[in-house]
Amino acid sequence: MANNEVVKPIGGPPSDVEHIKIESNYLRGALVETLRNPITGGLPEDDNRLLKFHGSYMQDDRDLRTERDRQKLEPAYQFMLRVVIPGGVMTSAQWLVMDDLAHKYGNGTLRITTRQAFQMHGVLKWNLKKTIRSINDTLMTTLAACGDVNRNVMSNPNPYQSEVHAEVNEWARKVSDHLSPRTPAYHEIWLDGEKVVDSLADGAEVEPIYGPVYLPRKFKIGMAVPPSNDVDVFSQDLGFIAIVEEGKLIGFNVSVGGGMGMTHGDTSTYPQLGRVIGFCRPEQLLDVSEKTVTIQRDYGNRSVRKNARFKYTIDRHGIEWFVSELHERLGWQLEAARSYHFDHNGERYGWVKGTNGKWNLSLYIQSGRIHDQDNNPLMTGLREIAKIHTGDFRLTPNQNLIIANVTSAKKGKITELAKQYGLTDGAHHSALRRSALSCVAFPTCGLAMAEAERYLPSLLDKLEVVLDKVGLRDEEINIRMTGCPNSCARPALGEISFIGKSLGRYNMYLGAGFAGDRLNKIYKENIDETEILETLEPIIHRYASERNTGEHFGDFVIRAGYVKAVTNGLNFHD
Amino acid sequence: MLQLQVTNSPFNESQVELLNRLLPSLTETQKIWLSGYISALHSAAETPSGTEPLTISTAATTDVISTAGQSAVSREVTVLFGSQTGNSQRLAGSLSRKLEEQGYQVTLASMNTFRPNGLKKVENLLLLVSTHGEGEPPDNARSFYEFLYSKRAPQLDNLRFSVLALGDTSYEFFCQTGKDFDQRLEELGGQRLTPRVDCDLDYDDQVTEWFKSVLSSLNGQSNAHTLAVEVVQAAESEESDYSRNNPFRAEVLENLNLNGRGSDRETRHLELSLEGSNLQFEPGDSLGVYPENHPELVDAIIEAMGWNSAETVPFNKKGEEGTLREALLYHYEITVLTKPLLEQAIQFSSASGLSELLAPGRQQDLKEYIQGRDLLDLVQDFGPWQAPARNFVTILRKLPARLYSIASSWKANPDEVHFTVRAVRYQAHGRDRYGVCSVHCAERVQPGGTLPIYIQHNPNFKLPANSDVPIIMIGPGTGVAPFRSFLEEREELGAQGKSWLIYGDRHFVTDFLYQTDWQRMLNDGVLTKLDVAFSRDTEEKVYVQHRIMEKSREIYEWLKEGAHIYICGDEKHMAHDVHSALITVIQVEGGISLEEAAAYLEDMQQQGRYQRDVY
Repeated sequence: MANNEVVKPIGGPPSDVEHIKIESNYLRGALVETLRNPITGGLPEDDNRLLKFHGSYMQDDRDLRTERDRQKLEPAYQFMLRVVIPGGVMTSAQWLVMDDLAHKYGNGTLRITTRQAFQMHGVLKWNLKKTIRSINDTLMTTLAACGDVNRNVMSNPNPYQSEVHAEVNEWARKVSDHLSPRTPAYHEIWLDGEKVVDSLADGAEVEPIYGPVYLPRKFKIGMAVPPSNDVDVFSQDLGFIAIVEEGKLIGFNVSVGGGMGMTHGDTSTYPQLGRVIGFCRPEQLLDVSEKTVTIQRDYGNRSVRKNARFKYTIDRHGIEWFVSELHERLGWQLEAARSYHFDHNGERYGWVKGTNGKWNLSLYIQSGRIHDQDNNPLMTGLREIAKIHTGDFRLTPNQNLIIANVTSAKKGKITELAKQYGLTDGAHHSALRRSALSCVAFPTCGLAMAEAERYLPSLLDKLEVVLDKVGLRDEEINIRMTGCPNSCARPALGEISFIGKSLGRYNMYLGAGFAGDRLNKIYKENIDETEILETLEPIIHRYASERNTGEHFGDFVIRAGYVKAVTNGLNFHD
Repeated sequence: MLQLQVTNSPFNESQVELLNRLLPSLTETQKIWLSGYISALHSAAETPSGTEPLTISTAATTDVISTAGQSAVSREVTVLFGSQTGNSQRLAGSLSRKLEEQGYQVTLASMNTFRPNGLKKVENLLLLVSTHGEGEPPDNARSFYEFLYSKRAPQLDNLRFSVLALGDTSYEFFCQTGKDFDQRLEELGGQRLTPRVDCDLDYDDQVTEWFKSVLSSLNGQSNAHTLAVEVVQAAESEESDYSRNNPFRAEVLENLNLNGRGSDRETRHLELSLEGSNLQFEPGDSLGVYPENHPELVDAIIEAMGWNSAETVPFNKKGEEGTLREALLYHYEITVLTKPLLEQAIQFSSASGLSELLAPGRQQDLKEYIQGRDLLDLVQDFGPWQAPARNFVTILRKLPARLYSIASSWKANPDEVHFTVRAVRYQAHGRDRYGVCSVHCAERVQPGGTLPIYIQHNPNFKLPANSDVPIIMIGPGTGVAPFRSFLEEREELGAQGKSWLIYGDRHFVTDFLYQTDWQRMLNDGVLTKLDVAFSRDTEEKVYVQHRIMEKSREIYEWLKEGAHIYICGDEKHMAHDVHSALITVIQVEGGISLEEAAAYLEDMQQQGRYQRDVY
């Protein structure tokens, strides 16, 4: 660290969460007692903070909050459980367990997240332990699905290149395992593990990578296999771009310092794209990941949480500083980045045959929500498929689902089931709808300022009318909506995006790159649906008549002068 | 003076020992001071504030019995009551005061504080008792009842007695406890002063009649009627002008459902204004609410009978009248069938079915028919009718008020009264049925509207006079209501005594009545402990008695510290199961036999440390 000693970690008093972490004794806190308290279905704030590290958030049904308060009932506290699924790959057996748990303890739905994980909503405090234990029994975990640690590692589920995919996914799993917290607290609290006596005076031994206070903020890793950038690799704190030569995976370009979240009205916060700093061999991947994480651990802002993400650490010190620090810690140097090309970040729907001769069926899942509705027994259909399917399920970064590695023998039966239960590749929807992404927002998310999952479909209905008028129904345009600027649906990478401001009002952003390679920019502030439609309709009309061949909507709005191109997150607010 | 022993006093062994150590050491002045102190304590505990304390002299505290018989013609009367909700107690008190005014020497006592071996010396006994559930005596009559039916019951050849029985004709075992006492006293050799009178819900006239007979037969009182009317009036009127017979129209301030969305239950919390009424109450008291019948049911009956809803009919025997529809909505009971009603209805029915149902030997069929049916069933099942509305309504019972445990403290909110009512809706005999008052409150009472109400004092469900005494409150479902009042009161008084609430219902998320109130009280230390049992959240149903068993040791420790136990709610199952659980706790933790444990609890009941408000 010779030449970097001049750079000091940012000062200022540690934030509240830092205190909670340090006093938690490796994420234990008072969780055992507060989970047991029968008088409230909730947890005190400190323990809720810690619970996140265990993969769960306390939420409440916000639709009922005022009503219940009047009824002398506490908020309808319930817990969201998130399951770590590296690369989004899970077995049929695991699918069936999740389906069962969602019905038994959850609200009867499952949600594919924008990070290829699974979320269950509506779990009561008393059922958390049983649910987590069942998840653990089927060889999955909720540990580190949330919290100031490395989150679910994303990887490309591209069915065209399944051999490479399998290899990349295997690396995703290894990175995930390598960066998983080591504290025995999870085992003690949820799995009735023996309490491990704290004989270790030196915290470094319990958590060799994280230490006793873990990271300053969440940390996200994603691995893309070009030409698909469906993981939005540049939105990740740490991104790996698979480099394939002659069908063989030879290594990864390394991208650092991306991130989506920001705070309304605070220009010291902004979305940022990762920057490619070099290339590493597959066997060097864990080392690069670990050392990057430790740099953020040591230099990230622990005083102000909204400035604590890795992107701010890098932008504060400069990318050169980071590369030098990384090389220092690695004891070796990255090679020069290899060339690569992304051409999209969406899905390829329908049946596709992989190079291994197996079949893959990509299904369109609106907002990633798996549930049964009156005329749409999606959840039942998938359960029936899981009962006979011998391959795997792949949750995509766009919240869709691939029934993967289907043998030719099973293809007919699965096609039949898909038809019987109305499962769809979304072909009858507009391309806009198929590319749409939204976060959960109301009623369960405590952060939401506006609707997202519940509202976006009806906005799309109205936009489709406009698209139909100008013949753009099959034109892929990325559209994203989040209920708040924490940006779970990566809205800064939408060609059209909405970030909630208050109920029914959104900031509208335009102009991201179609392949997830350029941030968008704010175009209108605080507008309602009428203004959204009034604003977008003429732009869509012009796009239909004035676009160049192959020109994507995000590029057009820049050429046409609606917004300026954002070349760096630092000028996102300019 | 006689030496106190366990056998000749209501005290237990350690109390007897303490008293026998203390009493001989007292000077005369100290004794006088102490007796004054105790009776002051007693009246503070037993009577609502602001009212003239009723002098309750029990055989245990004064030696009335031993001085009785001084006069040849007995001017001595013993008035015993067995009361669950306070009606017979109030009537007994009023009667006693009137008798004292007339120069009688009156011993007034609740049956459980009356020393049964003093009975032999009683010459005139007036016994007022209500009946509960399936013909059972009220809690404070139970031990006396068992004594009379035991081998220890003395021969009572010198006894003159009369029984006033309170009950409800819609129950199969109408006034059964009164009947039992009446019969047993006769078997033991007693002579009736005057025959027993069985009272239905609307008891004023029958009570007056009984008082009149009692007064005239005791000493040939010539003005017996006037006196009897005064007794009944005095029993009603207290600190306020408003009473059961003159309800206050209280404005509804709040009416909300305490069950969260998704619950299969609906429990209303109502807040009423008492402004201008001068009505006062204490924790444990009940609120009498006069409901209105369901308009759909009223209209269906009028239609089925082919009546004219605007026809003028009497509302009562006092000569008030109005339209038939008003009469059925506000004045008459139409949701319950009773045997007397059916008997009187025969005169209007031209079909033979009704008289056949009432024929001797068909009691079981009659019982089954009455169960869950209402006036509409009756008029549909036994037509055609030759029944002019103005004649028919006179056979109906007066629409009775419903009693609800008060859920607020008067001291904490002096101008308000809160109560809790669970809407009763069910299907029976092919039709939707509605609880009269509960559904009225749930569906037709809006803030800004009014409800006719009165206060029913319940001296048998009261906080300990000493606010340092720990209390254990067991109240699942709406049974939790009075404990909100208890705790508000203790909070207002700054009481130091520990408190423990054991609550249960079906689902935690939707059915935790007053959840945020309890959470706040726990947080503020007003409530020391709270245990909950939600029966439908787990595979095996968990009820309050299971929590009692789980906390067995701690419950017993509280009892040893002198805690009072209160139970409120369902009588049929809950109160019984909790009672058994408490006996088990005492048996196991005290290392004593089942019989000893039962006696321990019995003893607590005698001391007023185990009180129940069950229904």
